[in-house]
Amino acid sequence: MTQSLIIAGREFRSRLFIGTGKFSSPEIMRRAIDASGTEMVTVALRRVDISNPQDNMLAPIDRAHVQLLPNTSGARDADEAVRVARLARAASGVDWIKLEVTPDPHYLLPDPVETLKAAEILVKEGFIVLPYINADPVLAKRLQDVGTATVMPLGSPIGSNQGIRTRANLEIIIAQATVPVVIDAGLGLPSHASEAMEMGADAVLVNTAIAVAADPEQMAAAFRLGVEAGRLAYESGPGAVRKTAEASSPLTGFLG
Amino acid sequence: MLENLEQENLTRVPTEWQSTLGKYTETDVRRELANPLAHFSRRRLEALLSPAATGLLEELAQASRKVTRLRFGNAVNLYAPLYVSNYCVNQCRYCGFNCTHHDERRRLTVDEAVEEAMLIAAEGFRDLLLVSGEDVNYIHVNYLAELAGRLRGMFSSLSIEVQVLTQEEYKTLFDAGIDGVTIYQETYDRAAYAYYHPAGPKADYENRLRSQEGAARAGMRKLGLGALLGLRDWRYETLCLALHARTLMKHWWQSKISFSFPRMRPAHEVREDFPHLVSDRELVQMICALRLCFADAGLVLSTRESAEFRNQALHFGITQMSAGSKTNPGGYGEEKSSTRQFDIADNRLVSEVHDYLENQGFDPVWKDWDCGFHRCEGNDR
Repeated sequence: MTQSLIIAGREFRSRLFIGTGKFSSPEIMRRAIDASGTEMVTVALRRVDISNPQDNMLAPIDRAHVQLLPNTSGARDADEAVRVARLARAASGVDWIKLEVTPDPHYLLPDPVETLKAAEILVKEGFIVLPYINADPVLAKRLQDVGTATVMPLGSPIGSNQGIRTRANLEIIIAQATVPVVIDAGLGLPSHASEAMEMGADAVLVNTAIAVAADPEQMAAAFRLGVEAGRLAYESGPGAVRKTAEASSPLTGFLG
Repeated sequence: MLENLEQENLTRVPTEWQSTLGKYTETDVRRELANPLAHFSRRRLEALLSPAATGLLEELAQASRKVTRLRFGNAVNLYAPLYVSNYCVNQCRYCGFNCTHHDERRRLTVDEAVEEAMLIAAEGFRDLLLVSGEDVNYIHVNYLAELAGRLRGMFSSLSIEVQVLTQEEYKTLFDAGIDGVTIYQETYDRAAYAYYHPAGPKADYENRLRSQEGAARAGMRKLGLGALLGLRDWRYETLCLALHARTLMKHWWQSKISFSFPRMRPAHEVREDFPHLVSDRELVQMICALRLCFADAGLVLSTRESAEFRNQALHFGITQMSAGSKTNPGGYGEEKSSTRQFDIADNRLVSEVHDYLENQGFDPVWKDWDCGFHRCEGNDR
């Protein structure tokens, strides 16, 4: 059994977070959520009517077991992100927010300046802020300093399934973090999720790879196993990677 | 924008155009297909549009499908057009609203337009496109702003497809809650443009070409581009559309681009012979070629197209559709119809389109925006 993850005082036994876009139906999304074992699910405020629990994307999410994490996807600047976060909290009572400020609508890369600005405001207003960022170690520190609950750097551009292409910077972020690090975007296969967890990430967030799989439910289960395996390996203290074979104790074996 | 087209010698169909495209071979096309997510370049698009690629249409469609599913998943966005007036001061040779035609004209008061919009909202739509002929003394910025103010609570996204406006006017409308502007250049070829638009403000090619930039500067989030297919060589128009899009994306990188594929349809009193009508195969190639150069662009197919074609096009690239559309003002509420802009080819009910999407494993999306993003009355708490 691996260690639990604590974010803002809430305990998560699953380290796999799920996004809800791109599924072919709410029912398939629900089955994938169940199979993933996730306890944190993010929904785009642009897609749902957050004030209506019967909304066809919200209704299938079992809020007793799953933390709902509304996100500000589509916000172009801090103003818009803050405004939509406030409206969401007022309508739903949920004060968790995944902060996404993505002014470029084609690659959806996060704006570091506006993200920091919005995070500062939202934290002061009592939100639990989980910001989506590029793999920028300095920005991660700055966000941590203003009081975000996590940082969520991307592994590669969102929706690209390219896996971890920002490894060098992610390693620095993980080494320096005092808040949980969630690798947020670009993970296309369970092996990518394992890799992130083996690196010491606290959790991963996956959407496209599950939603567009031929069998999303089974792929969700596969990611669950990938995340668990990676975390277990990390906690087991993996051996170093070597370029040549090496006997177990080449120098001191003679001592018997 | 104009400078870009001029630089590339594309304000008319290049004289050596056919031979340029004829140089591409199957090997060139396969090289492009090997990397479905590669970005736009003139060479890539020309290869995908070339006659050589026509022989590889299934491969194009497969690659295009792959990109579309990766970037858009199974979501298909639904929107509806609301025609507010068919009065028009222009004389476009292909259009039912041409001011020299003699039919019944109709313009909706703001109250009437709201009533029509309520019928559309009752079907489930949250994404509305306001459409009008160039009826400048009536459908002006104040009218549209007032209407937007009334509709904002009912819809999550409002766009316009009206005459070219100034940047200031676009700003006024953006502040009123309109977030998208669709303007088709119709044709990028100056000579053809002049022929098809003999009189009226729309005769100004350059003004139209610059309109998207004004809209983007004003903050508009969604920019819709298109060429009216049938006026000029579709391959040439596609290349111009792509260059237009790339220029906008580089300079106005915060706006999302979508492409529409309006093929010429029969319209009342329109008796032109169109020499460049686009076949189904050609339209498939055009859709796939654009998708393979712009992985994230919205690709829009309206009810101009038949149910059969639209059903298929969903599988290889289309991500936005209208449904149950009426192309005449007052069309949603009344039996008797005023003049339509063009005849509709897909007459299915909204519910039929919706159910078809679900049965095919698509998620029909009504709402993909939230008026909460806007800085406007009631949103700042």
